Amino acid sequence: MAEHVVATLGEIPPGGRKIAEVEGRSIGVFNLDGQFFAVLNRCPHQGGPLCLGQQSGLLQARVPGEYSYTRVGEIVRCPWHGWEFDLKTGRSWFDPVRTRVRSYRVRVEMRESEGGGCGEEAGHRPGPYRAETFPVSVRQQYVVVEIP
Amino acid sequence: MVRESGNEAQRPFWSGRPVIDCDLHNEVPSLEVLRPYLADHWCDYIEESAFRGPDADDYPKGAPTTIRPGLEWEGEVEGQLALMRRQVLDPLQVEFGVLDCAYRVQGVHDPELAGALASAINRWQAEHWLDRDPRLRASIVAPTQSPVLAAREIDRWGADARFVQAVMPVRSLIPYGNRIYDPIYEAAARHDLVVGIQFGGSPGHPPTPSGWLSTYLEEYAAMAQVFQSQVTSLIVEGVFDRFPDLRVSLIEAGCTWMPSLMWRLDKEWRGLRRDIPWVKRPPSDYIRRHIRLTLQPVDAPPSGKQLLEVIGQLDSDEMLMFATDHPHWHFDRLEEAFPAGLSDSLARRVLADNARSFYRL
Repeated sequence: MAEHVVATLGEIPPGGRKIAEVEGRSIGVFNLDGQFFAVLNRCPHQGGPLCLGQQSGLLQARVPGEYSYTRVGEIVRCPWHGWEFDLKTGRSWFDPVRTRVRSYRVRVEMRESEGGGCGEEAGHRPGPYRAETFPVSVRQQYVVVEIP
Repeated sequence: MVRESGNEAQRPFWSGRPVIDCDLHNEVPSLEVLRPYLADHWCDYIEESAFRGPDADDYPKGAPTTIRPGLEWEGEVEGQLALMRRQVLDPLQVEFGVLDCAYRVQGVHDPELAGALASAINRWQAEHWLDRDPRLRASIVAPTQSPVLAAREIDRWGADARFVQAVMPVRSLIPYGNRIYDPIYEAAARHDLVVGIQFGGSPGHPPTPSGWLSTYLEEYAAMAQVFQSQVTSLIVEGVFDRFPDLRVSLIEAGCTWMPSLMWRLDKEWRGLRRDIPWVKRPPSDYIRRHIRLTLQPVDAPPSGKQLLEVIGQLDSDEMLMFATDHPHWHFDRLEEAFPAGLSDSLARRVLADNARSFYRL
């Protein structure tokens, strides 16, 4: 397992997302109300850039007219064909068992950083992100994606 | 008396198994036969206004698809029933035969007259057909262009177990998924009846979305488009979500187009399902669960090979139900009414079992 720093906490505010290149993979990291989730930016259908799609809620109805709209922002729709995926699990709405997008564990870490460290001192591989650094010690929180 | 120049019906090789015929036509020979069942003011109205009945002509006399030349019957019900017995019920040892009366009260613009005619037809069906042959079952004729009146007519017959479905012509005023038709589906559900959607109808607009056609051939063959529109409408508008036990039979619809409609609807549903969140499963799932198709006229080559492929593509051996569509002419010998090459268990399903469970016979 490798861990990659992909962003600083402030870079992905609640409701925000960032597409990061990690080990040759394009991965979308989403902040859902303070919790972070990451999925491969490649739709299992035709390979579309899933993480560039519209984020919206889960629209359901028992019968016509009885709409229920929940989990706002937790569903991403592929910009190519509109297939819906649950950002928290990677599962598609219509076939959650067989049609799913790869998801990755994400966590937020507090790191003491001096110079351009970016977490390397904790054993993380250098990611594409390079924090702007200053010749002073700063306390910074990083978003870290695990690649199994 | 029946003039009969065709071959006498022989028992075909595939018979000997139970047979349920899901589409037999009992035609109202003339308005005259309905007079005893119509109120006096309607009898006078018909006389005074020179009303000759609905102007639908789904099965034009003289078209070779309508009846085999030489088999026109004489007399009224006796002639028709005798022909039906001799050509289908007896040689196939039909256990049950479902009558699908195609008298199009749905094309009569006065809803009260349409309702009165429907009631008269159903009483006529009960007395002149159902009472005469215990093998027969019938379809309730109802003024489906006026859903509340249609529901009332369905309620009138709901307790008579010999009526097994309510019939609607596939050509409708607006698509059948529309909630305006809910009273009909409620009534069908109330009495556990099948809703039969049948070839034809004359709602007043063209039989295809691209306009009026020049010939009967076009109308006859293009009706599959109308069936496809109705199936799509029923699913997309959530009829089966609102009426989870509703069963719909497609009568004289053909069947080979159904797999492609299933594939297409499933495919597009994945990306567009947010427009119809009440549709919770792939549309093909609803189709397999709620919809059945009658066999004749088969829209496949006569060998059973293609039909077997279609059954495979439908991914269901429960959807096809045997029907001769008598007296309409789709085959020269009775033997050809059922395709060869089906396994014994599949043949049994199509010949009787599917209809038995669908119609609760």
